[in-house]
Amino acid sequence: MLYSVCWIVLPPREEVDPSPAMVRRSRVVIALILIVGSAVTGLVWTATQADVLAPATVALIGGALIWRQATDAQRSHWWRMSRLSLMSTARHARLRLIAGIALVLVGGSLVLPWDNLSAVRDGLLAVVVTIVGMALITGPWWVGLITELSAERAERIRAQEREEIAAKVHDSVLQTLALIQRNSGAPREVTRLARGQERELRALLYGGHDTSGNFAEGIRVAAAEIEDSYGVNVDSVVVGDAPMSPSMNAVVGACREAMQNAAKHSHASSVSVYVEVEPTAVVAYVRDRGVGFVLDEIADDRQGVRGSIIGRVERHGGDVSVSSAPTGTEVRIRMPR
Amino acid sequence: MSQNTRVFLVDDHAMFRSGVRAELGQFVDIVGEAGSVTEAIEGIRAARPDVVLLDVHMPDGGGVGVLTGVSGAVPDTQFLALSVSDAAEDVIAVIRAGARGYVTKTIDAAELAEAVRRVAEGDAVFSPRLAGFVIDAFRDTKDVPSFDAEIDQLTPRELEVLRLLARGYAYKEVASELFISIKTVETHTSSVLRKLQLSNRHQLTRWAVDRRMI
Repeated sequence: MLYSVCWIVLPPREEVDPSPAMVRRSRVVIALILIVGSAVTGLVWTATQADVLAPATVALIGGALIWRQATDAQRSHWWRMSRLSLMSTARHARLRLIAGIALVLVGGSLVLPWDNLSAVRDGLLAVVVTIVGMALITGPWWVGLITELSAERAERIRAQEREEIAAKVHDSVLQTLALIQRNSGAPREVTRLARGQERELRALLYGGHDTSGNFAEGIRVAAAEIEDSYGVNVDSVVVGDAPMSPSMNAVVGACREAMQNAAKHSHASSVSVYVEVEPTAVVAYVRDRGVGFVLDEIADDRQGVRGSIIGRVERHGGDVSVSSAPTGTEVRIRMPR
Repeated sequence: MSQNTRVFLVDDHAMFRSGVRAELGQFVDIVGEAGSVTEAIEGIRAARPDVVLLDVHMPDGGGVGVLTGVSGAVPDTQFLALSVSDAAEDVIAVIRAGARGYVTKTIDAAELAEAVRRVAEGDAVFSPRLAGFVIDAFRDTKDVPSFDAEIDQLTPRELEVLRLLARGYAYKEVASELFISIKTVETHTSSVLRKLQLSNRHQLTRWAVDRRMI
């Protein structure tokens, strides 16, 4: 009994249900069965108290019907309508009001004069009946208030989001466009700015990779840094991902160095980076179509290739091969996981 | 080729269309352009071009909308997707809808002309990024029971070709690296494309969905 009362008084959230119509219908049926069932049980169980239960049941069923007849959507619709024109909803409102008052009166007048019960029980019943009546009468107003509040909150969230995006666009795109206008004589600088901006915007629009701190992200960040510092395109393609570890760190560092060499010395306009994380090893290729170099001709005091790439990878158990020709250079790094 | 490739441009940015027109004009004949999905469907049906350069992101359905809109009506037309987006789900979706290749808008004019020519001849065009996506999508196929192993898995050779493409190799370079002819490279990429379009492997869909979630 108490459950069905609670269930009726708390408004259902039909909009979020997968099949609202069916659920709603089945809920109404269940509610009615519950109410009628409990009423019948009550009546049969205590025939002597029937004159208490009967009016209470009548009041409950009446209240339930009024509450259930209006879905959430209808209630909010009425509320919206009522703000547009009071006339169109006056009938609904008046009907509800009359029904509520009538039920309170019927319930109250049947229960209150019955003086065989103790005064406490009388008072309790009177309070309950009055509360139900009040809830019925002021119910729509509460529903309206809640609907309006949630609508307002949704609007506020939307406005906040819009402001956030406007701020991001201002900080990034507009600033970059201004810089591009100022540097329009320097194509390399314009390319660099545009590439950097493109990357940022892409992260904003298509959602950044939320794998920050992982290996793939490390490679992407390194590629972005080289792109920014040297104004060359770095096309990085990363397949798979792995958690960061000292050896993965070494691969990122070595790739970064290889990209930097390509950007600085190869005279190529773009660098390709391909990294694949396999179950047992990570392989990375950094390739450019630049002028190439001969490893043995590099002076011993230059540590770029030997120290930062080969030495670093070999210390962690990996191996490196460098192939270079006047048509380009490719550094291959293989590191067991 | 005595006759130039007839190309139709679809992009909702007029500025980008005129840019491509200016850059590609010397290599191909631009026979028409469209700025919206409906315009594109009508224009492509009327012009019957060899190749459609198709933007992936447009209002009202985008590249996939155009592909489904003209499906079957122009059997001799090939589609090459051209987009700023390199989000995996966009790439895979437009390829699965029937595009013969995917290149990003940062591609330079000569490369784009080469890609158009390749697509016109019925070959597939894989940018490094697309190759990377495909490798990613078809990974770990051995562990998963598949409905049709023929289609749901890449052969070792195809994987090799894809890896080289992902590393930034041109078809010619792939051919000399693997000691095969360019024609063979094209055969491999075409069969990879076919697999990508035909495979109804669960993971391929889930893979794309997962990427969208990130």
